[in-house]
Amino acid sequence: MKILKYLLILLLLPVITGCAGNSSAAPGSNPQEQSAYIENKGSDTIVNLALAWAERYQQLHPQVSISVTGGGSGTGIAALINGTVDIANASRQIKPEEIQAAENNGKNPVEFVIARDAIAVVVNPENPVDRLTLQQISDIYSGKISNWQAVGGEDRPIVRLSRETNSGTHVYFLEQVLRLGQKDNHTLFAKNTLLLPSSEGISSEIRDNPNAIGYDGLGYVTPDQKVLAVARDAQSDYILPSAESVNNGTYPIARDLYMYTDGEPTGAVKEYLDWIYSPEAQEIVTELGFVPIE
Amino acid sequence: MNSRTTLSWSEFILTQLIKLSGYSAIIFVVMIFFFLLTEGGPALGEVSLPALFSSRWYPIEDYFGILPLLSGSLVVTLGAALIAVPVGIGTAVYIAEIAPRWAREILKPLVEVLGGFPSVVLGFLGIIVLAPDLRRLLNLPTGLTAFTGALLLGGIAIPTIVSVAEDALDAVPRSYRDAALALGATEWQTIWRVTLPAARSGVLTAVMLGVGRAIGETMTVMMVTGNAPVMPHGIATLFSPVRTMTATIAAEMGEVANGSVHYHVLFLIGITLFLISLLINVTASAVVFRQRKRSERILS
Repeated sequence: MKILKYLLILLLLPVITGCAGNSSAAPGSNPQEQSAYIENKGSDTIVNLALAWAERYQQLHPQVSISVTGGGSGTGIAALINGTVDIANASRQIKPEEIQAAENNGKNPVEFVIARDAIAVVVNPENPVDRLTLQQISDIYSGKISNWQAVGGEDRPIVRLSRETNSGTHVYFLEQVLRLGQKDNHTLFAKNTLLLPSSEGISSEIRDNPNAIGYDGLGYVTPDQKVLAVARDAQSDYILPSAESVNNGTYPIARDLYMYTDGEPTGAVKEYLDWIYSPEAQEIVTELGFVPIE
Repeated sequence: MNSRTTLSWSEFILTQLIKLSGYSAIIFVVMIFFFLLTEGGPALGEVSLPALFSSRWYPIEDYFGILPLLSGSLVVTLGAALIAVPVGIGTAVYIAEIAPRWAREILKPLVEVLGGFPSVVLGFLGIIVLAPDLRRLLNLPTGLTAFTGALLLGGIAIPTIVSVAEDALDAVPRSYRDAALALGATEWQTIWRVTLPAARSGVLTAVMLGVGRAIGETMTVMMVTGNAPVMPHGIATLFSPVRTMTATIAAEMGEVANGSVHYHVLFLIGITLFLISLLINVTASAVVFRQRKRSERILS
């Protein structure tokens, strides 16, 4: 019996491998249609957008498979430096020391701005505060203001929520909001700022806790959180984040979103990036609450 | 003749395999320790000791003070131990000594199922249910605190403690209890004065394993303790956010550039964790050893 089984397997083996060989050979005959695998990793801000793009692109080009994972901008860039991904997503620009590390590793990161994003400052809907200046947000996060009363709210302690330090959003918020974009400003987050490992951690705490203030990419703000209007300074208008207010430059906390490749992209990666700049792909950007490139 | 030689051969191979698996534990521990030393050791040269023992942890701006992380882990673990040890031993005593047979047969497997509960799921429950309720109940600024973490970690440690302690109590000979009861001791006196002391080393092992489980737990604490690297300030620390060593390593290891100062410091934190669990083990086994010697002296 056993011998019979082995014989059967032996007989079937060439059939199976033959089939596999044929199917992989068929698209190979046409160089345009070669099957390809793209590894895409990085920013949690971009991950939903990257997933939506990958899904659409794979429908249009069934021979290309794209794997998308999050983990944070730092994680994606580290993976690019280590050579484990084709495209790194980042919600901040690559740092000089990361470029240095990449060059030491024989990698040459090339930058693409793929969309824009507003960072929304959010509170619980029960919180009567609905607008803040950049200076006030900076004072709240640096620990100078610790009660909502100081910014026109109720007598409640302020619970500060932030993403972890490996998040591009965290770094952007530190540089552009806490330090107000000033190079020689060394303000740090208050020590008791809660560092939450995910966007979901922030939104669930905001939903539940009327003391909390948080920030996240506009695409991640759910309707059960209250988005604050932000003013550049006390004299300026308070502006709510939206595609228009980002593109006309009135909303003060907006940034570019990036993809990085090792060297100028070629082949499937290049075709994918070209497609990302097409009107169809930028339409998906709008659908997900980000701001398309004009 | 032939069959006997094959027998001795297979016996030889088996003994060697068993010997190998026995030694492998030692080999692995030593190898892991040397790996940690080579990866974490350089941190001591790159960051000065006062900077390392400062109170601010903010690695992206090169603040590498590990004190708040160390204290965060200790606060959460201590809180978990305070909850898990009495409840765990109490449950073990109930299951082993007091519960009727049918209750024991339901409870023991149930506790063991609880022990296999994935900690991520527990953390999720903590975020959705426990943290909001604690915030309302205790009127705290936020429910993501050391106390929330300690409660959940206590819950994780209890099944370990119950399971091991119950086995130890079960191993105490029936005659000990019979003798105590015959001398007129009440059931409580028998448990407290005879059975528990007789099972002491096993119970201590249970506590040790439970505490070890608590200090090494990562996912749950990362989800519910808020991860704010704050220095302890009295009893209020228990009800404010803390950042533990394990959560720090888990949250930051993915991002660091291989071989950077931050990378080395994270491994140094790993060494610290390793040393702490070593310390717990050595202390516990020293206590057990001393106890045994004394009882041997009494018997002889």
